[in-house]
Amino acid sequence: MYNNINTTILQDERVDGADKTNGKAKYTAEYQLPNLAYGVFVTSNIAKGTIKELDISKAIAAPGVLDVIYYANCPAVPGYNPNASERPKNVNEWRGHKVLYDNKVRFFGQPIALIVADSFENANAAIRLVKTVYDKEEHETNFDVLRKDPTKLKPAVTYKRGQEKAFATASKFIEAEYNIPIEVHLPMEMHATIAYWEGEDKITLYDKTQGPKSTQSTVARTFGLQEKNVRVIAENVGGGFGSGLRSWANVPAACIASKKLNRPVKIVLTRPQMFNLAGYRPQSWQKIGIGADASGKFIGITHEAISNTSKYEDFREGIVNVSRFLYAVDNVDTKYNVLPLDLSTPIWMRGPGEASGCFALESAIDELSYQLNMDPIDLRIKNFTDINPENKMPFSAINLKDCYAYGKEKIGWKNRPNKPGTLKENGMHIGYGMAVGVFGAGKGTASVRAVFSKDGRLVLECAVSDMGPGTTTSMTKIASTSMQMPLDKIKFKLGDSDFPAGPSQGGSGTTSTVGSAVDMACKTLQQNLKELAIQFAPSFANKLITEMEVKNEYIYLTTDASVKISVTDLMKLSNKEVIDITITSNGNNPSQMKYTSNSFSAHFVKLGVDPKTGKVKLLKVVTTGDNGKVISPKTARSQMLGGVVGGIGMALTEQVQIDHTTGQIINSSFGTYQVPLHSMIPHIDVWFVDKPDYNVNPIGAKGLGEIALIGFSAAVANAVYNAIGKRLRDLPITPEKINLKKV
Amino acid sequence: MNPCHFSDARRGFLKKTASLAALYLTPSILVNAVAAETIIPAPIPKEKLHLSINGKVFDLEIDARTTLLNLLREQIGYTGTKKGCEMGQCGACTIHINGKRTKSCIQLALNHQNNQITTIEGLSKGDDLHPMQKAFLKHDAFQCGYCTSGQIMSAVACVREGQTKNRDMIKSYMDTNICRCGAYQNIVDAIEEVAKSGTKI
Repeated sequence: MYNNINTTILQDERVDGADKTNGKAKYTAEYQLPNLAYGVFVTSNIAKGTIKELDISKAIAAPGVLDVIYYANCPAVPGYNPNASERPKNVNEWRGHKVLYDNKVRFFGQPIALIVADSFENANAAIRLVKTVYDKEEHETNFDVLRKDPTKLKPAVTYKRGQEKAFATASKFIEAEYNIPIEVHLPMEMHATIAYWEGEDKITLYDKTQGPKSTQSTVARTFGLQEKNVRVIAENVGGGFGSGLRSWANVPAACIASKKLNRPVKIVLTRPQMFNLAGYRPQSWQKIGIGADASGKFIGITHEAISNTSKYEDFREGIVNVSRFLYAVDNVDTKYNVLPLDLSTPIWMRGPGEASGCFALESAIDELSYQLNMDPIDLRIKNFTDINPENKMPFSAINLKDCYAYGKEKIGWKNRPNKPGTLKENGMHIGYGMAVGVFGAGKGTASVRAVFSKDGRLVLECAVSDMGPGTTTSMTKIASTSMQMPLDKIKFKLGDSDFPAGPSQGGSGTTSTVGSAVDMACKTLQQNLKELAIQFAPSFANKLITEMEVKNEYIYLTTDASVKISVTDLMKLSNKEVIDITITSNGNNPSQMKYTSNSFSAHFVKLGVDPKTGKVKLLKVVTTGDNGKVISPKTARSQMLGGVVGGIGMALTEQVQIDHTTGQIINSSFGTYQVPLHSMIPHIDVWFVDKPDYNVNPIGAKGLGEIALIGFSAAVANAVYNAIGKRLRDLPITPEKINLKKV
Repeated sequence: MNPCHFSDARRGFLKKTASLAALYLTPSILVNAVAAETIIPAPIPKEKLHLSINGKVFDLEIDARTTLLNLLREQIGYTGTKKGCEMGQCGACTIHINGKRTKSCIQLALNHQNNQITTIEGLSKGDDLHPMQKAFLKHDAFQCGYCTSGQIMSAVACVREGQTKNRDMIKSYMDTNICRCGAYQNIVDAIEEVAKSGTKI
């Protein structure tokens, strides 16, 4: 049953894997510092209002409590109260909720005080001793109700090409609404910070972040420090999925407390706090109209969306963008609003925007295919385009048809019933579904330091962090290929803001961006080695660089391979300890002006619906990725598996539930917010097109973290329709929504 | 409320281990609601604890409220055991106590006088990885690595307890351990391989 290529063991283990299996890999909260103090948040139990009185007298007298910091005793933070004249330049400004700053409550569970104690136990025990009196105000948290009130929405962003609402003129069209609840990233490692001031204007932080440089800049800006005086260490990051793309309350709070107490302070969020103090995928409502002529050619798409933000920050994502460019259609209009609520601010979550947008668009296309009596894959092929219709530039590469062919074959598409609700196996209604995912694939700017030593070893450094995809492994592989030297002599170091600047790990850009810089550094090193050979090795004197190659730790003459020198001999001969270079690979790629670049995926699902309980059981998944060259097959496959698992959660179980009478999230635990577990996962078959796309970058690789998840939830919804003939447009697809009695 | 689809095995496991959870590790939001008239607690006297961790004997004086997990991570410095929820729901803190897998975040340390504790650090012999650790590495049964210690401790118990007759049985046993990166399929591959190899672990 499991005997196919995807269970064949690929002999390319993670270079940093052993330490993750034996417990040696250190995560943020695990650094032992002398004299460490523990900070825990006291949080609000109203959603909106003013704190009239906050009595800390009992808490501060409790055993082991060192301080209770809140708005009345919080030291001045330069970035909390920016100088108006500096504002346009955004100097000294903390962006986000200013924790411990004022007596306003903006969402339920907002930190209102920080207890700092000599032990975790003492800090926790003092939480209940803080007494608070509030002036409560009416809160607004009910998205489903408030989105219907146009006065509550921020102004819309619109787009139009061709004729507006043209779909309704088509011979076959559908118009439908889609709802996705708030979903939370919930990485297994909770957000945490250890901060300590090494001097008046110098601080070091251990922080769970997807971007050490981003956290460095945030802390420098907030506390009025020079960036070089802020060091951020994030050696291992226990998942993120987007939650680590900005700094949350724990970061400034740890800095403030450490400064006030003049000792290192550690703050680790609790699991319930992970539901509202580290971002989430916003709730969204979408409406799609899509129409086609009798042949299946799309006539028009109209895509509207509203998603929530907080009252104190504007958070937007590209929910409707996918409808503008994925298919060949002349008439497209989109409209996107945000709705501010008395909740904390959302943040990008795996497949931001597109994950929500593709659920709606790919569900709508499936629905239209039944109206047209056409196979949904054929309908997609009918409207396939290799030129992005929004910007009229060709896609740098698009191999979706290969994905369709592979997926169709492997899932057993030929067994898919054309008429829904007509196939049964083992007492279950069986359905097949598929959907497409897409995400931008660019290349940003990154710097890499490469140190080649006389013993022939190469150390590379870049200030990125790795939340799990295996950056160290893929960068080592890229370096090994570019330098033509063995993997085990290369070490890639990350997770420290003291290293040369790298991007935040997000938007599926690390391999493309940092990989290009690694490739560039290695090619520069090869050049340097060739120059040294000409200068110091007699057999290469008067030779040209173009006649030489570096391979297998030797420098050869291409015209006569017997003329060679080992790199270690060359280093000795030239009397060099190291060659130490730092290069910057620029994000501006000339071919980005000629092409539009994306990664694509197509997901295929076979599932069963239990007629008695309405429970969906996934039976098989085939997921295919079109993301250029696959650098590290084993870790790439794992990323696709992970995206599918995330997609299963989005499709079937994940939803934050808010009690709107209080504004409180009522299911903030793993016991009540259901994430996918072992037993929910069917066999997942992963396949990649694996064709390099050199229009994006010199290594030909594009990101896949997002496309692994984007579109998956639509594939499930489409398969559910195929199984029972009921179209479910609200996620998650729970048994009560399937409610078979009404089928 | 959305019904939870915990398997029976998972529920059984929760039942066995959850009894101590409520002692003081309630989420701060709930504690807050109680608030108010509480009197200031007296300093907590230290209590003596004698136990063995990975074969090493410890004689400790600890705060009575310390969980086994916090004892390991904060006081002894064995940070291989992870904190993922402090409610016994995620399995990241799974260790073996007298050979039985247990979630250490909902165990008060003082309840384990004279007990033999094994953590992830005690599984490998020096740099030589345990067969289950090797299998996890080979099958890429993790991404971020944060749930991995708990998954491996559960996986070893799964094989030792013979819960490996088929993949569904393994999955059911392993439902106690959440992996948010979604390495589930590879984890089951790793466990299946170790089980089939017949290696005594």
